[in-house]
Amino acid sequence: MTTRLNPIAELGAFQDRIGDAGAIVSFTGVVRSRSGLGDVLSLHLQSHPTLTEQGIATAIDTAHARWPLTASLVRHRIGEIGPHEPIVFVATAANHRRAAFEAADFLMDYLKTEAIFWKKEITATGTTWIEPKENDYKDRARWHARTETTKCTE
Amino acid sequence: MAKLFYFGRLIDISGTAQENVPLPAHVEDTETLVSWLEDQRGWQGVLSERHIRIVVNDEIRSGRVSISNGDEIGFLPPVGGG
Repeated sequence: MTTRLNPIAELGAFQDRIGDAGAIVSFTGVVRSRSGLGDVLSLHLQSHPTLTEQGIATAIDTAHARWPLTASLVRHRIGEIGPHEPIVFVATAANHRRAAFEAADFLMDYLKTEAIFWKKEITATGTTWIEPKENDYKDRARWHARTETTKCTE
Repeated sequence: MAKLFYFGRLIDISGTAQENVPLPAHVEDTETLVSWLEDQRGWQGVLSERHIRIVVNDEIRSGRVSISNGDEIGFLPPVGGG
């Protein structure tokens, strides 16, 4: 999405379509105002015309196959995004909290390392393309190592 | 003509997000395309780097994939959002 992201409004609309769920987890990612390169003027997010949406849809399908979710939502900005602005919003709903927490975490790890976005940071001193860090890949790998669906308890 | 697409940092190197290129006769697959472009443009190792993924007609492909004029080929550097 190219327009500004409103996590409160997204969460409100999401709550209307969770069915009989007993738990909602949401995550909002916000652009930091400082990075290792100095004050951030903006981030520029580029997507692929077809593969970005397809990949996110597949990740959502995987999350639903793995956890008993009643609903999920992924919103990601593209284009120019300023400091303190929300860049990503993920929400999951399930009968019990553990499934909702884990599915949201899984979707965020996908978005950080595999989702088809390219991210350029514009600071006062220049521009830099940001690629996933080693820790991001490690976070993502946790889900490949665990094949059993987590048993959900309240 | 083949249509080439560049994404992320590759746009800074190629100077364009897309271009139409007539493929020479010897360029019959993605591997020969990569080496031909790198030689012709002086992009040593830029496209053959192992992290670069190649998209042929909107599908991510690996290995040697046959291509011809009329195809759309994209070069994808490592991705990540959030």
